[in-house]
Amino acid sequence: MKLIRFFIDCAKVSLSGNTAYWAWVSVLLFFISMGGFTYLEQMRVGLVITGMSDQVSWGFYVSNFTFLVGVAAAAVMLVIPAYIFHNPDAKRVVLLGEGLAVAASLMCMLFVSVDLGRPDRIWHLSPWPGMFNWPSSLLTWDVIVLSGYLGLNLAIPGYILYNRYQGTEYNKKLVFGAAVLSMFWAISIHTVTAFLFASNSARPFWASALVAPRFLATAFCAGPAFIILAFSVMHKVQAFQIGHKVIDLLSVIVAVSMQINLIMLAAELFVEFYAEGQHSASARYLFLGLDGKSALVPWIWSAQALNVGALILLMIEKTRKNYYFLALACVMAVIGIWIEKGMGFVIPGFIPTPLGEVFEYMPTWMEVKVALGVYGIGALVFTLMMKPLRAIQLGLLANPNLDLVAAKQLYEQREREALEQRIRGYETKIDP
Amino acid sequence: MKFTNNNLPDLGRRKAIRLVGMGAAVGMGALASGSSSLATPNMGNVSLADQVGSFFQDHYKRMSPEEIQEAIERLERKYKSKYQVEVKVGDPKPLPDVLFGYALNISKCQGYRECVKGCTAENNQSKDPNLEYIRVLEMDRGQMNLETADPYYPSTEEVPKPGKFYLPIQCHHCENPPCVKACPVKATWKEPDGIVVIDYNWCIGCRMCANACPYWARKFNWTEPNLPVDTVNTQTGYLSNRPREKGVMEKCTFCAQRSREGRMPACQEACPTGARVFGNLLDPDSEIRYVLENKNVFRLKEELNTEPKFWYYSD
Repeated sequence: MKLIRFFIDCAKVSLSGNTAYWAWVSVLLFFISMGGFTYLEQMRVGLVITGMSDQVSWGFYVSNFTFLVGVAAAAVMLVIPAYIFHNPDAKRVVLLGEGLAVAASLMCMLFVSVDLGRPDRIWHLSPWPGMFNWPSSLLTWDVIVLSGYLGLNLAIPGYILYNRYQGTEYNKKLVFGAAVLSMFWAISIHTVTAFLFASNSARPFWASALVAPRFLATAFCAGPAFIILAFSVMHKVQAFQIGHKVIDLLSVIVAVSMQINLIMLAAELFVEFYAEGQHSASARYLFLGLDGKSALVPWIWSAQALNVGALILLMIEKTRKNYYFLALACVMAVIGIWIEKGMGFVIPGFIPTPLGEVFEYMPTWMEVKVALGVYGIGALVFTLMMKPLRAIQLGLLANPNLDLVAAKQLYEQREREALEQRIRGYETKIDP
Repeated sequence: MKFTNNNLPDLGRRKAIRLVGMGAAVGMGALASGSSSLATPNMGNVSLADQVGSFFQDHYKRMSPEEIQEAIERLERKYKSKYQVEVKVGDPKPLPDVLFGYALNISKCQGYRECVKGCTAENNQSKDPNLEYIRVLEMDRGQMNLETADPYYPSTEEVPKPGKFYLPIQCHHCENPPCVKACPVKATWKEPDGIVVIDYNWCIGCRMCANACPYWARKFNWTEPNLPVDTVNTQTGYLSNRPREKGVMEKCTFCAQRSREGRMPACQEACPTGARVFGNLLDPDSEIRYVLENKNVFRLKEELNTEPKFWYYSD
């Protein structure tokens, strides 16, 4: 009963806001409606409205799915410092990160769903009443890890917030255990997604042991960069106070991950091009063009330029600590990796085909519209979740008559006390 | 500043403006989609009972003989209303002690592509957009590089062209099929007689199998197949050449509707040069066994360990 009240109260907060808030919601509704109606057309006519073909049978949808799995996995970069190392700055924002993971995993599932030729049969993709080719098919693994990750990221913050709403303390051991689980789970969603590609020995461009580690590196680069940007926006519109220490922590993670990614890229390029065999044809198509076809060449080089540019900005202390340059670097990293591991990874796997045909792919506007609709749904879900989250954190939901300024002061005070208590704890440990 | 604005007097007006604004956003989105999907969907003359029946239809292997019979009758009613002809859907079972194999003599193949025509006349593929199971590659002599091959040599061209040889490729019906491993819903599997089949009513259209196939054998219905009435083959099999629908995968089935009744696949019958040898690998007196035992044979991409049951040889 109390749980139902909790959800009703949360919904009430989600549906209250000023004009700017409703304008933002309307913009998202525009994209969702545009995508939704385009998707209806796709259901009616078939996937022929996309740019996909027998030659290139996955395109923009799966590319965005691949990118977003990385964004979802990146929440772990806040979960580890917050729940495992008890970093107070990370703890303040970890729920936002988990909210982002929820929105991202939801978008992942939607992107896989809109890519299906027979969405009416999606129920076949279940152990019951469908038929699940587990453990053999990697797509069944992806269904399991993605829904599990979505569940974990709903359950942990939900449990913490529900306790705070009730004014009770949550079970620290339980949350710690769940956090450790979600840590490994985050790695698994991206590893499984990499294996979805790498398991195809028919596609030498994907069938590489480096795919999974590179996916992780790019995830921990683009994900935290995306989180920095999201935090900056929320800080700017005064939805949340974000401590600069968290931003510093995340920006170092972005920088290190980008370095690892670029080292792996260099290793891949060496192997592909030093003794260039038939298996290097996809890499040649991607980076240099093949048989006079070179649609992806400008994309992949701009992606690499953006990645290197972001890395330079992040490695110089002065620009990394400057929030304008940091935001610029993050935008560059997000776009660079969106290209590199989206279209820049999925499409060349199909070119040339196993029978040697070079047939190019270009997404259609219809496809882009459906994708925008999916992003709209993700953004709307994230927005609707953030409102009650903030209200509960500030104690506003439990006590609606509280003044916002007073609530913020109370919240700060609680935080300070918790910190002092922890410091006292350390002191007694050191000096008994 | 109060947290809720429930006590504001002009709440009603504000709410109305908000709703109108959001409604406008949704409407503009619908316009921007450029979609005409609000038009009545074309359901054909399929009865509601049949629509419900086919929606909840189970996997082929989990259906009882009676359920299979019902499914077949539903399909026959649907084809009747769609193509205005009686389409007979059979369900031939694999024969005992039979394992099908195919061998193709590349010294005899002249690139006429009669096999392609025989195949599409038999198997009810979409015409224009053309869906073909067999792809004949025009190869340069002196090498075996698929990337320099031309699959689109014009049909007006006189073949064989000097300096070229021809390599027809279709589903190799691998003993170790990567497509079967990749399918998330077990909609494709290897039958006891070695034929890799698809349950077109169970396939969800994810294309995992097509990505896994090293021979590019699988073809997808990107839209409703275009099968003009005069091209319909009315003698069909449930797991092979019955007309398909949009959003599902299809491919060569060694003409299961023929081969399981002791006949040759359509491509074998259509070949004017006798380059194609099809038969039972378990029968020591079969022609295919003679070829495998006495000719120098090879298979494509053997390094992938898929064990194709499709061999090439030359005299």
